[in-house]
Amino acid sequence: MSLFEFISQYWPRLLSGTGITVAQFLLSSVVAIILALIFALMKMSSNRLVKGAAVTYIEIFRGTSLLVQLYWIFFVLPLFGLTLEKFTAGYIAIGMNAGAYGAELVRGGIMSVPRGQWEAALAINMSSAKRMWRIILPQAVGIMLPPWGNLLIEILKGTALVSLISVTDLMFQAKQINASTYLSAQIFGTALIIYYIIARFMFTPFMRWFEGFMARKLGKA
Amino acid sequence: MEDMSAYPLEISGDGTPMVSFQKVRKAYGPLVVLDNLDLEVATGEMVSIIGPSGSGKTTVLRMLMTLEQINAGVIYVDGRPLTHMDKAGVLVEATPKHLRARRSDIGMCFQHFNLFPHMTAIQNCMEGPVHVLGLTKAEARDRSEELLELVGMIEKKDQHPSRLSGGQQQRVAIARALAMRPKVMLFDEVTSALDPEVIGEVTNVIRKLVSEHNLTMLMVTHQMGFARDISDRVCFFYDGKIEEQGRPADLFGNPKRERTQQFLSAVKEAV
Ligand SMILES: Nc1ncnc2c1ncn2[C@@H]1O[C@H](COP(=O)(O)OP(=O)(O)OP(=O)(O)O)[C@@H](O)[C@H]1O
Ligand SMILES: [Mg+2]
Repeated sequence: MSLFEFISQYWPRLLSGTGITVAQFLLSSVVAIILALIFALMKMSSNRLVKGAAVTYIEIFRGTSLLVQLYWIFFVLPLFGLTLEKFTAGYIAIGMNAGAYGAELVRGGIMSVPRGQWEAALAINMSSAKRMWRIILPQAVGIMLPPWGNLLIEILKGTALVSLISVTDLMFQAKQINASTYLSAQIFGTALIIYYIIARFMFTPFMRWFEGFMARKLGKA
Repeated sequence: MEDMSAYPLEISGDGTPMVSFQKVRKAYGPLVVLDNLDLEVATGEMVSIIGPSGSGKTTVLRMLMTLEQINAGVIYVDGRPLTHMDKAGVLVEATPKHLRARRSDIGMCFQHFNLFPHMTAIQNCMEGPVHVLGLTKAEARDRSEELLELVGMIEKKDQHPSRLSGGQQQRVAIARALAMRPKVMLFDEVTSALDPEVIGEVTNVIRKLVSEHNLTMLMVTHQMGFARDISDRVCFFYDGKIEEQGRPADLFGNPKRERTQQFLSAVKEAV
């Protein structure tokens, strides 16, 4: 069977799988961004308890396997009375994992905003929350966009793991088709290409555009 | 030796000084930067601070802006304690809330301008009035345009700082500080990072403020000619102390202390 025939036969399942993969990617990205922001700010807190909580979180999620974390959230949390639907468990686990890495990126971005910016914001008597939100973060975003681009690509690739808890993403569909047809080269080849197209021709151009947008906002372009 | 730190405030006449450092001490670890500093600035007075590098000039301004905590003593602004709070007659260390309330009397311009790069000139000026003072955007815009006019930057009001020269950025920074309507303005070597040919545009703005507004100003500068021209009083700092102070004509024309003489002649040679 040629690749063309193969795709024309299986495209509905590949398409629905791709849809789920993109949804997992977007949702885990949102979770990761929010958690990264929260834990970065917590880690920079002067309150030891708050800081300690953030450090612990970041250590645990960076220091252990994403797959194990996914299984924990899906199989073990129910034992403690917290049951998540598999689709939800999927993006929550990936988002929490990436959020731990992202927190370091956010913290690095914030710290690389020059001290003079903090001081100028203080000199016009801005509250610490407004200093962070209106002066520091917008500049930090500009600084940390390139590493975030890489992290989000990692998230996209990481979503393939959700197939292991039976979320019907692209990888799950590919495995199912493979099991019934044994057309491994075609199916996994197609899956590779789809992941590559999403990363290279959809996500990367978006990040380019966003970097340009932020550069204009920061008055650099 | 005559005690120079108790220089009388003849200029004010109305009693309480606008700014008063009382026995202020500042140290970074074992390094004592300022010790037992007494300095008073009268309302509407322009005081220049000169002195060798590392003598603590910037630190004086930064303490007043509350960018640095002091280790001992008290700073008063407009008759009320800045670094401390009056609690049933006893001065206790200021809380962040108190600092925020009192800091509004003070504005500062920095050597490296520190404009917000993601905002245009006018947005830089409007930021504080809108988000700190709670003015409406229209009110803040009017106020900012007036001030940008004053500093001669109204034509460039919609430019980002990256599109402005150093002198232009510094003038916007002055407008940004003035937009908060401070009672005291601090200038820390605001011309030191500028090319010689644009220094004049910034000093002219400061001249205008001195002649047309009743602001109290403290200015750290290496431009002796400028300090001599516009100051009511000049303080020569040496090693964390006011070594000598007086009217510009006296301090520059007839310095009494040897260190002042040495410093001034060294500066003259460098020019
Ligand atoms: N954050 C800091 N930590 C440690 N030491 C500091 C700090 N800030 C300033 N100092 C020291 O305090 C002393 C006074 O510094 P300050 O910046 O007030 O000097 P200055 O008179 O403004 O000098 P310059 O003319 O070079 O600007 C210097 O010895 C400086 O090294
Ligand atoms: Mg200095």
